[in-house]
Amino acid sequence: MSNSATLKTPVTPQTGVPAAEDKVAPTGRHPHTVALLMLLPAAVLMITFLIIPIGLTFILAFTNARLVSPQPATFVGLDNFVRLFDNDTFWKSLRNTIIFAAIIVPFQSALALGLALLVNVKMRGVNFFRTVFFLPVVTSIVVVSMLWLFLYQPNGLINAVLAKFGFAGPDWLGNPNTALIAIILMSAWQAMGFHMVIWLSGLQTIPGELYEAADLDGASTFQQFQHVTWPGLRQTRTFILITITIAAFALFSQVNIMTQGGPLDATSTLVFQAVRTGFQQQQTGYASAISLVFFAIVLAVSLVQRFLTRDKDAR
Amino acid sequence: MKLGNLRRLAALALVVVLPLSVTACAKGGSTGGSNSSSGGEITMWTHNAGNAGELGAITKIVDDYNGSQTQYKVKIQAFPQDSYNQSVVAAAAAKKLPCVLDIDGPNVPNWAWAGYLAPLEGMDDTLSKFLPSTVGKYNDKTYSYGYYDVALTMVSRKSVLKKYGIRLPTIEQPWTAAEFTSALAKIKASGDFDYPLDIATSFTGEWWPYAYSPMLQSFGGDLINRTDYKSADGALNGEAAMKWATWFRSLVTEKYVPLKSGADPAKDFVNGKSAILYNGTWTAVDTRKKFGDDVVFLPTPDLGSGPKIGGGSWQWGVSHGCSDPAGAMDYMKFAAQDKYVASVSTATTNIPATDAAATQVKGYEAGGDNAVFREYSKKFAELRPITPGYPFIATTFTKAAQDILTGADPQKSLDQAVKDIDDNQKSNNYFQ
Repeated sequence: MSNSATLKTPVTPQTGVPAAEDKVAPTGRHPHTVALLMLLPAAVLMITFLIIPIGLTFILAFTNARLVSPQPATFVGLDNFVRLFDNDTFWKSLRNTIIFAAIIVPFQSALALGLALLVNVKMRGVNFFRTVFFLPVVTSIVVVSMLWLFLYQPNGLINAVLAKFGFAGPDWLGNPNTALIAIILMSAWQAMGFHMVIWLSGLQTIPGELYEAADLDGASTFQQFQHVTWPGLRQTRTFILITITIAAFALFSQVNIMTQGGPLDATSTLVFQAVRTGFQQQQTGYASAISLVFFAIVLAVSLVQRFLTRDKDAR
Repeated sequence: MKLGNLRRLAALALVVVLPLSVTACAKGGSTGGSNSSSGGEITMWTHNAGNAGELGAITKIVDDYNGSQTQYKVKIQAFPQDSYNQSVVAAAAAKKLPCVLDIDGPNVPNWAWAGYLAPLEGMDDTLSKFLPSTVGKYNDKTYSYGYYDVALTMVSRKSVLKKYGIRLPTIEQPWTAAEFTSALAKIKASGDFDYPLDIATSFTGEWWPYAYSPMLQSFGGDLINRTDYKSADGALNGEAAMKWATWFRSLVTEKYVPLKSGADPAKDFVNGKSAILYNGTWTAVDTRKKFGDDVVFLPTPDLGSGPKIGGGSWQWGVSHGCSDPAGAMDYMKFAAQDKYVASVSTATTNIPATDAAATQVKGYEAGGDNAVFREYSKKFAELRPITPGYPFIATTFTKAAQDILTGADPQKSLDQAVKDIDDNQKSNNYFQ
């Protein structure tokens, strides 16, 4: 750092800090510099694709910016938010998003834990089942959605199977009462393989001696689960809770492909509404306002979760 | 300590500035390339990367043009249709639009207003021979022309209609609303078909306004008042629109149409699940293959104000700010020849835009099997509202129509749609 001398002159007389700190790296490779250089690639990407867009969202939410327009955007104050809170679709989207998250978080994590326990046994062919359960995760969500679109048709496979047992299945995606449930089932099926693997890794960190000791004490399988497995999974639990919640709030692809928010807004979500408003309806400013509200909600939920989980860790 | 802070600050500043300078470089590069066409090279974008027939016909025109002179060279870039509009909007934001591009008809006013498109000069004579629905106009200026149009039709079978004693409608005497309903009731009563009619509700996107707003217009309603394009009040929520909404919903409640069609309604028709199929003329090839002479392509019913069908398909235009407008216009004139109208229409089996081309396209010659499609286009085609607010109107109408079909209160849905459309027109200062 040859030019550090020029930087030094105005600073040192004022503060009187000795220049000793600089002598640590005579070659000019100060540890901080190296650290910053290593940070640079990630920082550039984060700033370009995350910080700047988020910053823009904050600004655009208070303007009437449009996707296609010859006129420049002007500030309109809280106009977008007033319109948004007056919009029925917004409240329905918010409600759907919350219902989706509230159901899928316990449902999906429980199913995934069940699967993990099933494939956590030492026997032949268990790898086959692990692979089978993981397959939906590596399949594109678009492909999965298209497949389930066919399965859910009034005369599709699911209703055909139900008919064999004497039930007349509903028009799953066409009926406002069943559409959201249908999407929840399908989403849980698609994503639980991923969380099964996480649970599995958690299960395998629990030392075998604990189970042996429990066995000697005469604990039943359920008691072993209750007193050895469950407490041993605390860290994993926190991680799974947070990842499923965030994924649940960001629900979009399935809705976009299978129902386009319908019928009667029964499956509209905040992200879907933001994308529809921003791209199809070309209202960039309004869509930014939706995104901002969404951001605030997710932030609040994450903070609450962090608070709750940190509390437990400290105990 | 302070020095360390200062250095950290400098590094942070660098981190912040670097991405900006990278984008600045990218921008500098593009202006240097002057709208991606330099040295007589004219870039052309098209949406039909997934449509080999149409792309082939367009490529042939470009090859002919490049061979016919040495001053300009047109270069094609083909995009998949699904991402095409986004690509154009992104390119426009970056001021990197190609010189020549194709546009979906109803989007022309929006893009012309936004300054994406430049008016086509000196082509009025040529374009006066094109079907009106294939020429894109906004504010008395012409911005685009297309080689073909598509017509909507009721596909059915002579044998089926005869069996249930239903009159074969003609272009002069289409079915009336009452006749149509009684025909559906007769077919329904027989129980021979899952559904008497399939209106392809499984299609998404532009299909909904394209296919179902003509029904609304046939009842006497419309998407917006076309005198000044300021408000949809009365047009979209008036008495006629309410009649349409009630009728539209009754199709489902009477079980005349499925609430949601199968993934491929034409296949369901071919397999005998539906007796009448409401679809574009593109189904002619497959349905004829199966039923031969038995299949008929009937005019849409007259629901009060005469039969209506959607008009306007993909069209070509020149971008505003093209570095070589003379070259781009030269190509546009060259490409508007009848033989090219004929070749593109043949490749897509769509309705040729000019009379002269129609004589060269198999099926569209006088008395040909498809000649009636051209008659439908000429007589019934109604352009979608010519306002830059159309993309908003289209999505708003789609949502309202979907909600009504599912059973939402018609008046409430239509009033909400009118309010949304009016708000949008107003917030854009009526696109003045």
